[in-house]
Amino acid sequence: MSVTAVSLRARWRNPSALPGFGLSFGFTLFYLSAVVLIPITALVLRPWELGFDGLLRVLGDHRVLAALRLSFGAAAIAAVINALFGLIVAWVLVRYRFPGKRLLDALVDLPFALPTAVAGIALSALYAPQGWLGEPLMHLGLKIAYTPLGVVVALTFVGLPFVVRTLEPVLADLGNEEEEAAATLGATRWQTLIRVVLPTLSPALVTGATLAFARGVGEYGSVIFIAGNLPTVSEIAPLLIVIKLEQYDYAGAAAIGLVMLAASFILILTLNLLQAWTAKRQ
Amino acid sequence: MMSLRRPTQDHPLTRLALAAIAIGFISVFLVLPLATVFSQALSAGFGAAMRSFDDPEARAAIRLTLLTAAIAVPLNTIFGIAASWAIAKFDFRGKGLLTTLIDVPFSVSPVVSGLIYVLIFGLQGWLGPMLREWDVKVIFALPGIVLATIFVTFPFVARELIPLMTDQGREEEEAAASLGASGLQTFLRVTLPNIKWGLLYGVLLCNARAMGEFGAVSVVSGHIRGLTNTLPLHVEVLYNDYQYVAAFAVASLLALLAILTLVVKSLLEWRYADEIAAVHRH
Amino acid sequence: MSLVVDSVTKSFGAFEALKGVSFTAPQGAFVALLGPSGSGKTTLLRILGGLEFPDDGSVIFADLNWLHVPARSRRAGFVFQNYALFRHMTVAQNIAFGLAVKPRSVRPARSAIAQKVEELLALVQLEGLGKRYPSQLSGGQRQRVALARALAIEPRMLLLDEPFGALDAKVRKELRAWLRALHERMGITTVFVTHDQDEAFAMADLVAIMSAGRIEQYGTADEVRKSPKSPFVAAFLDREAHHAPQPAR
Repeated sequence: MSVTAVSLRARWRNPSALPGFGLSFGFTLFYLSAVVLIPITALVLRPWELGFDGLLRVLGDHRVLAALRLSFGAAAIAAVINALFGLIVAWVLVRYRFPGKRLLDALVDLPFALPTAVAGIALSALYAPQGWLGEPLMHLGLKIAYTPLGVVVALTFVGLPFVVRTLEPVLADLGNEEEEAAATLGATRWQTLIRVVLPTLSPALVTGATLAFARGVGEYGSVIFIAGNLPTVSEIAPLLIVIKLEQYDYAGAAAIGLVMLAASFILILTLNLLQAWTAKRQ
Repeated sequence: MMSLRRPTQDHPLTRLALAAIAIGFISVFLVLPLATVFSQALSAGFGAAMRSFDDPEARAAIRLTLLTAAIAVPLNTIFGIAASWAIAKFDFRGKGLLTTLIDVPFSVSPVVSGLIYVLIFGLQGWLGPMLREWDVKVIFALPGIVLATIFVTFPFVARELIPLMTDQGREEEEAAASLGASGLQTFLRVTLPNIKWGLLYGVLLCNARAMGEFGAVSVVSGHIRGLTNTLPLHVEVLYNDYQYVAAFAVASLLALLAILTLVVKSLLEWRYADEIAAVHRH
Repeated sequence: MSLVVDSVTKSFGAFEALKGVSFTAPQGAFVALLGPSGSGKTTLLRILGGLEFPDDGSVIFADLNWLHVPARSRRAGFVFQNYALFRHMTVAQNIAFGLAVKPRSVRPARSAIAQKVEELLALVQLEGLGKRYPSQLSGGQRQRVALARALAIEPRMLLLDEPFGALDAKVRKELRAWLRALHERMGITTVFVTHDQDEAFAMADLVAIMSAGRIEQYGTADEVRKSPKSPFVAAFLDREAHHAPQPAR
């Protein structure tokens, strides 16, 4: 091997006494490319066959815009709801002791484990006009199933664990000392929470809510049963992709898919920045 | 009388209120939907629910789901081990980027995950005409379902093992090498025993998602009864056919799988907390 | 089987860990690499063990181009600073590891391995502890298990990275004399890294004082102690002599 080849290799990676780098790295790269990178490239390239104008026409369509607005809007509302209640749940799970706490803690992961279609039909039955919650809410004049509110409920369901699981380790790490210090300096409990605890938690809280938002924007299975899927009212963007595919409008489907993919990458970038922020705080 | 609470303790009324909010929120948003699944399944009695599984289409769905998981989970496990070995045990440029790319499937909408394969293998996809000439079916057939499932479960094992193996360092492997062990011996005798619980944890979550995936599989399946319907898709078909008892009975099977996953997950977290990576986000 | 290290350099990114290090040690010598943390002594030791690879320079040992021998074939008994014991194996399994992973054709019989483990346990004075796990041992005991494990493969050289770094002062002193005696009995070339000059001068035949990736002075323990060649060496020895040893990194 020539000297340059050696030094180039040395610069790209440190040599190691452990074997298997070539094999494991090569397989990783091959599998990642085959399963993820190349298919995603197909999505990135496809919509442009419509031309830039065609792409804008698809995305400018009244029904598409309404669907995107619903997916992003409902995900944002659900993320805020989850940030608030997730904070309380995480606080209770980390700070308090009570019987059944372990069960409650395990239940938080239910949305991760329960298939989305199951969650979807369950929520739909629960909030339907004859359902356990649908009926009493109906008497209060609140209709949830088959309305945009149903979308928010479903996205709240899928998003909760992201906030709780992101906050829990940070809360557990927080310990009591800083709060005790604040108390000895004369702060009231409320002042301590607002000025000491909340700022420490905020990166994790924003991270968790962003994760919940990211999941909500793309969510499909748990939403389509409860949403009613009324075009321009309660029809989410992923469903519109499915509809366009059923009509063999690949480019149109890819156009909406591209918007959602772009949103995913922006959110990944945001999360990486948030992580850097969190790391700096610690 | 003076209050003798420690400064870090919330007022008893605050504690009661927050615990009530947390328990109430989890009950309404998580427990009630789960209860709905079982109650609807049993609404016509246990026998009626069980009869849903006599149907050949249900049997075919169970077989397809098991087959899909049996292909996707081992492949992603091998990938996860290879990726974490390369990333955790070696230093090279672009490691951060590689780690981020591995996580990408988590941020992508399930519908988009299915869409990307349709754009490659579908009738009007990149390879569509060629596949048609050769009479190979990928979309609306098993290969497409497996591919979509691999995509959505892609990061589970890797993201579990990477932090764990990074934490454990390289010294034990270096010691094994200096004592004359080959690469395979080092992995099987030193690394694997140290990561086995983390690995099991990752495989468990990967499997739960593989068996329960709905959106991605829905896009590539074509919903051919008895042929390309997995369990979650079978639930959808039954529900849309107004066969509620059967739909919820099949959904109960998936819900039981989810509960089993959560129980094993909690046991692993409780028993082997130190041997499973500290950070859990999904 | 002398050891010849010639102009060895090693960088990690922009950091130059070794800037051209050369020294020679005869067969059977006990060499101490002494210096403050960050002086490159552990990097040099890891290069001798095949765990790190220099950017330039050469290492000859037993008339072999040592750098071309992979770590697993060097039979360099390496004792890690934190011992790197296999935590899921018993003490006996740890010690037997190097024998158990040999190719079938040259692997000793199971009974022979068991006997060898017993001998080594006796040698490091840990009789009866073979069934324990590393987590059930004290620091000094773990240290001796790590040593027994390295000795099991009948090493051609012994490499010790701050072997007593994590131990308290009393245990350190005891182990010093014991290790020196062991070295004499085995007759193998030993290189050990330390930042504690008492330890270095008490045990080693040859001492290399390292600073910022270079060997400042190399010679017999007496030479180095009595006639420091550079202001750095004088200051380092002087400072060390007047202060308690620093804790391990």
